[in-house]
Amino acid sequence: KLHEDSFRAFNCELPELDVEVTKDQLIGMYRDMTLMRRMEQACGQLYQAKLIRGFCHLAIGQEAVSVGLHNGLHPEDYIITSYRCHPFAVLRGGSIKGVVAELLGRHGGMSKGKGGSMHIFTPTFFGGNGIVGAQVPLGAGLALAQQYKGQDRCAVAMYGDGAANQGQVFEAFNMAKLWNLPAVFLCENNKYGMGTSAERSSMNTEYFTRGDKIPGIQVNGMDIIATRQAIEFARKWTVEDKRGPILLEYVTYRYGGHSMSDPGTTYRTREEVQRMRSTQDPIHGLQKYIEEWGLATEQELKQFDKDAKKTVDAAVEEAKASPEPPVGLLWTDIYQPGSEPKFMRGREREEIHHF
Amino acid sequence: NSMTVREALNAAMEEEMIRDESVFVIGEEVARYNGAYKVTKGLLDKFGEKRVIDTPITEMGFAGIATGAAMAGLRPICEFMTFNFAMQAIDQIINSAGKTNYMSGGGMNVPIVFRGPNGAAMGVGAQHSQDYASWYGQIPGLKVVSPWSAEDCKGLLKAAIRDPNPVVFLENEMLYGVSFPMSPEAMSDDFLLEIGKAKIELEGSDVTIVAHSKMVAHSLEAAEELAKEGIKAEVINLRSIRPLDIDTIKASIKKTNRLVTVEGGFPAFGVGSEICAQVIESEAFDYLDAPVERVTGADVPTPYAANLELLAFPDTQTIVKVAKRALYRTN
Repeated sequence: KLHEDSFRAFNCELPELDVEVTKDQLIGMYRDMTLMRRMEQACGQLYQAKLIRGFCHLAIGQEAVSVGLHNGLHPEDYIITSYRCHPFAVLRGGSIKGVVAELLGRHGGMSKGKGGSMHIFTPTFFGGNGIVGAQVPLGAGLALAQQYKGQDRCAVAMYGDGAANQGQVFEAFNMAKLWNLPAVFLCENNKYGMGTSAERSSMNTEYFTRGDKIPGIQVNGMDIIATRQAIEFARKWTVEDKRGPILLEYVTYRYGGHSMSDPGTTYRTREEVQRMRSTQDPIHGLQKYIEEWGLATEQELKQFDKDAKKTVDAAVEEAKASPEPPVGLLWTDIYQPGSEPKFMRGREREEIHHF
Repeated sequence: NSMTVREALNAAMEEEMIRDESVFVIGEEVARYNGAYKVTKGLLDKFGEKRVIDTPITEMGFAGIATGAAMAGLRPICEFMTFNFAMQAIDQIINSAGKTNYMSGGGMNVPIVFRGPNGAAMGVGAQHSQDYASWYGQIPGLKVVSPWSAEDCKGLLKAAIRDPNPVVFLENEMLYGVSFPMSPEAMSDDFLLEIGKAKIELEGSDVTIVAHSKMVAHSLEAAEELAKEGIKAEVINLRSIRPLDIDTIKASIKKTNRLVTVEGGFPAFGVGSEICAQVIESEAFDYLDAPVERVTGADVPTPYAANLELLAFPDTQTIVKVAKRALYRTN
């Protein structure tokens, strides 16, 4: 049974607090979350070692969002999110090696090294989008395609508390409700858009109520059983019951800065971060459930952590061994093969690439 | 056989919607209103609300929704009431539609057409009169088409809808009602024109005039005027802004040794500027017997007053004057 504070509803009923989960599911989610955290930590280290360039946004602390979603959705459902995307790329059909290699700018990366940290895709995961808020109408468009094709699936369009104020988010809400699209709008509220707290950016910080006629649920985003239960509820709402779009707000917390260049300490106190880590951590939370219910011993859980480290270490080594993309790849994928212009220009008139 | 530009665009969409179930039209007033400029007239009756979708006035939102639908395998035709309003949505066109294929390493293509009227209309003031060809023409990943005749419109719009890449299709409001002869081939359901290929509308040997969209008409009129003075102008209809058919322009320069570019856009960083640069960078430069001349819109926001508006865009007489200057015939 979930804690009574797990959900708050806006214009709809609450998801059930009584949840059935199997031992395998709980252990699986524990292992996934541990693995995702290990991967993000490894990315952080690679960034500090100057092996990763440019932007790098880590989701450490927010594991219950990605893993909970993945476990509550069907494999064919779509997800699209912002730049904080690494765990989704792995969970929706990618690999840790593929993500790490992408961040390293290697040919073995999921986008052949041409996308980078913010642009990673799979057949059911549509990125990895760098423009804050732009992915929300794209997500509504994914839902439109599902409805058009008569597929019983949904599209989860994710955005942060910072993006929640973008005009196009509300444009997407409006059309999704107007057309009854199977869209789940999911505000991943980690309390800060870069260094601006929700209170300093939003006239209404109860993001689950901001869909107007779209009902919403606020979810304890640090409890994986709650995040999974909420997405199952939302999926049933929009796919099975065909009640149109729904808005979820997962209240979560990022331990690190906005990106690797942000120490994350000028706009919030170290005590706040410490308090969240020690009292709200999603992995520790699940660990408590597992131990209480006697599903695994401390020894076994430790072994999972070790396994995760081993898996990530091996993936990092494999990624590092991947070569840089061949220079010819500069010119591929601008247009679809066979539909390219005859040639494209390089930096000077003699640098011409002929297709 | 003849057809207006409007009818040609409408036929192109209808034929492609019959051919391919995944093609649909989305935009403001495209369905019940029959299109703000009636380009989508009758499509709602033929294909129903599922495939002809009226949107609220939210360009960024519906351009994003259309792009997302393309990512998930549909082939949207996203109509902007005019390209002036597409500025609201330009991030979705460039960043979401134009770049995703590259950023995904070829994993996710975006087959979409953004279409609508572009360029100067008449008497509508500065915010509704602008040519965006050079804006979109800059972006690798997009194809940009700027047709003139009904044949152009039919063949190129069908090609754009079938193209697996995002295509920006720039129509011209002033041409919608203009009728053009249509060849039997152009009337066929399978009539496609290659995107990236210009058309020599008029052959000549003395001066090359390169134009796109409505400026092709002015250029042909100018060529008629020039012919009265014994000057044989070659008129090239660009049809496509990106890819730009520089080969056809260069071949023509080698024949005429003179080049005049004509466009309705602002002069700075424009289509003419790009053609100049590409010619200078090529062997065709050595064939020029005079500097390249550009005829463009004036470098001013479009004025409302009729007399001022006339001075803001190229007309036939200006093209005649400039072509003669390129031939060092100033009388």
